[in-house]
Amino acid sequence: MAKVPVQFTLNGSEKAEFIDSGTTLLNALRDKIGDTSPKGGCHQGTCGACSVIIDGELRLSCLTLAETCNRAAITTTSGLAEGGVLHPLQRAFLDTFATQCGFCTPGMIMAAKVLLDHTPDPSRDEVVEALSGNICRCTGYEPIIQAVLTAARANSQNAA
Amino acid sequence: MELRKNYFADVRKDDLHEIGQPRPRSDSPGHVTGKTAFFADRNFPGMLHLKMVRSPHHHARIRSIDTSQAEKHPGVVKVLTAKDVPHNVYTILILIQIGPEDETVLADGKVRWKGEAVVAVLAETERAAQEAAAKVKVDYEVLPAVFDMEEALKPGAPLVNEYHGQNYYLYDSGECRKVRFGDVEAGFAGADHILEQSYQSSPIEHAPTETTGCVVAPEGNDRFTCYTNTQAMFFTLDNTSIILQMPGSKLHFVGGTVGGGFGGKVDVIVEPIAILGAKLTGRPVCFIYSREEEMQISSPRAAEKVIIKDGVMKDGRIVARKVTGYTDAGAYSRHSPYGAQKGAGHYPGPYTIPNVWIDTYCVYTNRTPSSAMRGFGVTIGDFALEVQMDKLARLIGMDPLEFRFINAYRDGDMKAHRQPTEGAALIECMQEASRAANWPVAEKFMAMSSYRKGA
Ligand code: FES
Ligand code: FES
Repeated sequence: MAKVPVQFTLNGSEKAEFIDSGTTLLNALRDKIGDTSPKGGCHQGTCGACSVIIDGELRLSCLTLAETCNRAAITTTSGLAEGGVLHPLQRAFLDTFATQCGFCTPGMIMAAKVLLDHTPDPSRDEVVEALSGNICRCTGYEPIIQAVLTAARANSQNAA
Repeated sequence: MELRKNYFADVRKDDLHEIGQPRPRSDSPGHVTGKTAFFADRNFPGMLHLKMVRSPHHHARIRSIDTSQAEKHPGVVKVLTAKDVPHNVYTILILIQIGPEDETVLADGKVRWKGEAVVAVLAETERAAQEAAAKVKVDYEVLPAVFDMEEALKPGAPLVNEYHGQNYYLYDSGECRKVRFGDVEAGFAGADHILEQSYQSSPIEHAPTETTGCVVAPEGNDRFTCYTNTQAMFFTLDNTSIILQMPGSKLHFVGGTVGGGFGGKVDVIVEPIAILGAKLTGRPVCFIYSREEEMQISSPRAAEKVIIKDGVMKDGRIVARKVTGYTDAGAYSRHSPYGAQKGAGHYPGPYTIPNVWIDTYCVYTNRTPSSAMRGFGVTIGDFALEVQMDKLARLIGMDPLEFRFINAYRDGDMKAHRQPTEGAALIECMQEASRAANWPVAEKFMAMSSYRKGA
């Protein structure tokens, strides 16, 4: 199988890999690079567990070919905490009991981050809309929605 | 949250200091940072991928299996069939002496449901395993199948599972689990009203976000580490030990982190064959259900049918209850005989009824084997029982909550299984519920207590 070179930044650090053409970004991140924070729940674009941020946009890494990510900036949940300090979203997911098994959590946090990056003070409806591509089978969505709203409030307090 | 201390104040030990206090979950810091290690987050150099060839038929005799083309496929390392499995016919609950062994790890001579595992293919890549699996040729003679429990119990129905010899599980109490208490026919004869209704449910898939699977690493010395998302670690370890005829000391299971299960990950399905693959190839193996397999292959909650006949008095007392329950096990037992048995214990409900007759059947059909799911065996029963309670209340023109107060069991009441009730708190729960729901009931019910001195 043809190998193709790909170069991108992952959570701010440079990565360069030769990968089999046709490899999904999800598999490249997990199997080649060793960032297992994006999860594979369906591998068909329906559960959102594999969500990552590519150049500021929310993307499903199971439907994204790694070779199309050349020179992109990719963010995953494992890169969110800075210097051991949790991101406000991570803090809020902890505080509002928004995780149970935790399998959907990294994808949820990525979806929420893109929302807050674009809309720092979202309405409840906007949060629901932003999370609508992510399936959680354990927690029930209410604590997750609360987590995102709590993080948004924390953000605006920091900004004020 | 408010902790009510007025209930049972004279009998309670009041040194509780954890309940009502918030405590952080120990695993959530790992979840929010993406550091929690699920089984599939383990990756080993040289890891093989296992794909299953599955039956396209509900019921068929296997005339022959030809794996020669699959073996030649580039990247294929090993192809496994029934003859490679040391103890191929098993049943999960054999560990607690519940038999007979009735299920094959890989189909041998016959398939009994659509999706049954027939041949396992191990290859260098997932894609090679998939392509090779498509090249396995199985010659089937399709047999008549049965999908409906009542059909399956009729004389002359196709026999689903030869290890049972009939299409129901044979308990030590006979063809069903039974509860007999008082004289149910006399109870009906004396009742003011009789209501018989039937209720039924469909199978339900758990759909955990993480699919079922495991990753196995050979450790040398013929020892194997199996990273798995089983919900039943020691069932899995001990059954694997039986299936592979290997002492448990050779098997090291690592689990505890499950990406959603809801009972769907208690069956022993992926681990034995993956460990066998690792043993026979000397290489790490991963076997992960695709989402499609998870939805179609993993055992759902059983479909159930419940027929409830109640005799009730105008004053609200239930005087007789007769229940027949059917649990659709699918083609194999797994946990279903236990589920059906739990139903038998549960159908009297949390009510004191002087005459009770219950039969519950665990029935085999050519459907996907069902198994554990969140209170299986009692959840559908509760739905049926409580809908029935509402119907009974309506029948005699009584408030449904007051009707339940009249029948609720209290300390000292004899249950249909001849166990005196102890530590009941149903009355108090209903009192709280009536307040919380703003559903007033007569003062005399608010004055009742489950606790009876000397009971
Ligand atoms: S794994 Fe990508 S959406 Fe489910
Ligand atoms: S916490 Fe389990 S899927 Fe969301």
